[in-house]
Amino acid sequence: MPIRIGIVVFPGSNCDRDIYHILKNIMRVDAEFIWHKRDDLNAYYDAMIIPGGFAYADRLRAGVIAAFSPVMQVVKRLARDGMPVLGICNGFQILVESGLLPGAFMRNDSLTFICRWTRLRLDVDGSRTPFTLLLDKGSIINIPVANQEGKYYVDEDTLREMERNEQIVFRYEDNPNGSLYDIGGVCNEEGNVLGMMPHPERACEIILAPQHMSNSILHGYGDGIMIFRSLISYLYAKGEHHEPYR
Amino acid sequence: MPVYKVNVLIENKPYISDPEGDTILKDLVLKGGYHQVRSIRVAKMLKVEVEAKSVEEAREMVRRMCDELRLYNPMLSICKVE
Repeated sequence: MPIRIGIVVFPGSNCDRDIYHILKNIMRVDAEFIWHKRDDLNAYYDAMIIPGGFAYADRLRAGVIAAFSPVMQVVKRLARDGMPVLGICNGFQILVESGLLPGAFMRNDSLTFICRWTRLRLDVDGSRTPFTLLLDKGSIINIPVANQEGKYYVDEDTLREMERNEQIVFRYEDNPNGSLYDIGGVCNEEGNVLGMMPHPERACEIILAPQHMSNSILHGYGDGIMIFRSLISYLYAKGEHHEPYR
Repeated sequence: MPVYKVNVLIENKPYISDPEGDTILKDLVLKGGYHQVRSIRVAKMLKVEVEAKSVEEAREMVRRMCDELRLYNPMLSICKVE
């Protein structure tokens, strides 16, 4: 059975097709779009990705309206059953508003939309989440951010608890937006749900990720590929799939 | 049933920074000569029209709605129903 990954699509999602391209054409796994009105999935998925964009035009607050959509009730159930779920940028905001991840988002300190490359440090063991499996603790990956409400905030008590539980997965070396404690990505207690502000799907191919923005060991790929390679390795290691002939 | 107008004011908690309010104060109001102004905080107001039997019921329903549907984020903001 091939690996099949669901990509949730809301009105206003705009990174869904980029992720589809990476999964299909680079990772060579099955990917399918799942429209936000779906409240049951009639196919089996190995993982879910909530893409970036501006679901519902960020009305009221980024991610909050999408969090109440039918498909998110399904994603919440699957996440609680242990399915790997990745939220990127607006997807991270939606996971926070759904209560799957702790914290909240505010407008960037600059009050402007920020789109630039950032250096992101893995602050936990790679094995903490399915999406970081192939990375070493402390390694730095170059991935761009693109957000306006990207400043992560969490109250003091929750932050301490997250530190204790090793939920602070990524921290910026060069905090672009004023995020508390330089936080760029967090996971849930179990580790199967990851939210990250930077866009790995925009940093997988050299045409998008210039050589000096990529770790040289990746030979022709950008650092973002490590997020997707980690997920696919994790799913193959579970043993339910055979690696396809390439 | 009568229709009541209920105002919902959503503002950040006092210790949460408000760069928009700070910019309005520093770069517009103080530069514009209004030196008496001490602080400005930006908030969001929703003007809700709701059918209810009484004004109390209207307020209570709007309050419940704000909490249940996360019209404000309790980690960042406070919400006043007026």
